[in-house]
Amino acid sequence: MARYTSIVELIGETPLLDVSALSPNPGVALLVKLEGHNPGGSVKDRIARSMVEAAERDGVLAPGQVIIESSSGNTGIGLALVARAKGYKLKVVLPENVSIERRQLLEIYGAEIISSPGSEGSNGAVKVAQKLAADHPEWWYPYQYANAANPDAHYTGTGPEIWRDCPEITHFVAGLGTSGTLLGVGRYLKEQNPAVQVWAVEPPAGEMVDGLKSLDEGYIPPIFIDHGGADLLDRKKVVGPRVSIEAVRRLADVGVLCGISTGAALVGALKCAAEIESGVVVFLAADGAWKYLSTGAWTDDLDEVTERARHTLYF
Amino acid sequence: MAVAVRLPTILRPDAGGQAVVSAEGTTVGEVFADLVRQYPALSGKVVTTGGELHKFVNVYVNDDDVRYLDKLESKVIDTDEVSILPAVAGG
Repeated sequence: MARYTSIVELIGETPLLDVSALSPNPGVALLVKLEGHNPGGSVKDRIARSMVEAAERDGVLAPGQVIIESSSGNTGIGLALVARAKGYKLKVVLPENVSIERRQLLEIYGAEIISSPGSEGSNGAVKVAQKLAADHPEWWYPYQYANAANPDAHYTGTGPEIWRDCPEITHFVAGLGTSGTLLGVGRYLKEQNPAVQVWAVEPPAGEMVDGLKSLDEGYIPPIFIDHGGADLLDRKKVVGPRVSIEAVRRLADVGVLCGISTGAALVGALKCAAEIESGVVVFLAADGAWKYLSTGAWTDDLDEVTERARHTLYF
Repeated sequence: MAVAVRLPTILRPDAGGQAVVSAEGTTVGEVFADLVRQYPALSGKVVTTGGELHKFVNVYVNDDDVRYLDKLESKVIDTDEVSILPAVAGG
């Protein structure tokens, strides 16, 4: 067994599991990268470490300093883990409609939670964080949506791990949130083999964004624009909560417990597998099931779970 | 050929409060042109005056984002549903 001196060193090097038993096409292998195996429980541990360590190198972050970030949960939890290990104070702007476990984990790691209106989704949380960061220039604001260290964590970590473990990959499928995973992994894989296709999956912007007053209040992550996201992606599919939860249950059938956004990624991967003649589809499970147990996703009535998911941020 | 067009909450007041409307066309662009003929208040809101998709709008034919198909030239048939959704942040 390897020995480590800091929990931060355990971030990355996640397993890739063959779940071809779920493939609708005998000519298509299906593999899942299990990011729930990170110590903070999600893929966002990678960007938390990457953004913090880049800021330390740049001299804009020193022990004892306050970090402020907006997050629908996972980035906040990743930052809380890294902040606890490295001696920073963390404030997280969290939309009020996230699962209870996200709030609990942030509290356990010692982060201060600042609530933002659920009706404005992550957009509203970003606005609150931007205002607080502007009012407190002495705080460090990673701003995950515009921080190059976000896609870089995937360009130097997640992407090379996938390529090393599965050089026969033909398609990569992942959820689109900040776009960091798709940008970093997508660019790395296409540099190794330009034929690799990159598919994005996103949840429908439904009731959660009814707080928008006009379409001009929409949001595209600056990193998506700066890193040529529109040219990098080959396809983008919207996947609703009901089929995502059904997919979460299918994954449980093969022993994989994961979050609801992973269900959406599986739906995207299954559609991809059904469209192509042959290939190897790798999809990314952004987190494990632990933060969703309260949603009843596995055991409650599907209609009821779906209705609850419509009002909960899970990406 | 008429297809169903699903509108986001924010645009429904411009279409008499309806969530789903019907519009004619064989491409997404033609469908939107017919939509604006029926509901002039939608003019400039989904497709800009320059003929491009509004930057903060995502348009799907069934579940596929048309920016990664053939944009406004993406083909539709009468069993398709075109959905318009605002672009928002995740993460």
